[in-house]
Amino acid sequence: MNKQQVQNLVIECVNEIGLEDNKPELSRARSSTPLYGPNGTLDSLGLVRLITNIEEKISELLHKDIVIASEKAMSQKNSPFLNVDSLSTFIFELLNTGHHV
Amino acid sequence: MSKVIVITGTRKGLGKELCGYYLGQGHTVIGCSRGASEIMHSNYTHYELDVADEKLVVKMVKEVSRNFKHIDILINNAGIASMNHILLTPFKTVQDIFSTNYFGTFLFCREVAKVMSRKKYGRIVNFTTVATPLRLEGELVYANSKAAIENFTEIASRELAEFNITVNAVGPTPIPTDLIKNVSKDKMDALISRQAIKRFGNFDDLVNVINFFIDDKSDFITGQVLYLGGVNR
Repeated sequence: MNKQQVQNLVIECVNEIGLEDNKPELSRARSSTPLYGPNGTLDSLGLVRLITNIEEKISELLHKDIVIASEKAMSQKNSPFLNVDSLSTFIFELLNTGHHV
Repeated sequence: MSKVIVITGTRKGLGKELCGYYLGQGHTVIGCSRGASEIMHSNYTHYELDVADEKLVVKMVKEVSRNFKHIDILINNAGIASMNHILLTPFKTVQDIFSTNYFGTFLFCREVAKVMSRKKYGRIVNFTTVATPLRLEGELVYANSKAAIENFTEIASRELAEFNITVNAVGPTPIPTDLIKNVSKDKMDALISRQAIKRFGNFDDLVNVINFFIDDKSDFITGQVLYLGGVNR
């Protein structure tokens, strides 16, 4: 899965939450859409749902078992959960550096 | 209606009996333990793993999710005990007990609750012990690890309520299993004398409480710790 495919998957999951929660900024998400933190529209439960959905889709599509909310994610200087692009980059690296669980 | 139930620690003792019971009720059961299982049933799947091994627990739960599409019930039965005076307790024993009893429960709750959250339905039952409220001498570390489970149950119930997942704990009195086979009769008698109802527990006592917690109608029951035998905090 290349970086663009990862980003498409992340956007698909963000869109789903946007539709469920009636948040147009998420249902029309782009690479720069803020997620969690400054300017982000996800609350902590929304972030939990997003992460759970992404892990599940990756498990179904790639049969790779990742834990996104890892020590690595929490200890990064710049949170991977800031926007669609930062989260996609983090997941892409997770999948391609053997850091998945 | 048939449910998908994950039970930890199913190779022997109560876990094995719980498997047999729920399979007999027509449910699908996925179990795990460090060793192979003797349970041969078309609705039973077994995983060999250490419940404190994050990588294997994540792998197992995601595989179960792919194969069965959902998980209705998690019973965190896996547990180990050790009778030691504090001054005679090796640090390795403390690490092992917390690994299985607390870390294992944490990992299974975290991963299974992710699966349950998507269906907005779930029942989680954790295991504690009367040794915790009785402050039982000689079971310091075991009782400590279960005190952590009780607090975990109370806080997780709040964090997971949003997803319609209930989290409760059952605290059995001594039940004649491998867990207490090395404890002397004097010690057991002394413990049982502190219960309101002075007898050993049995499997039916335990399953009665679990069935109450996992009942569809128990959707307003969460964050509770229920001890058998009339023991209170």
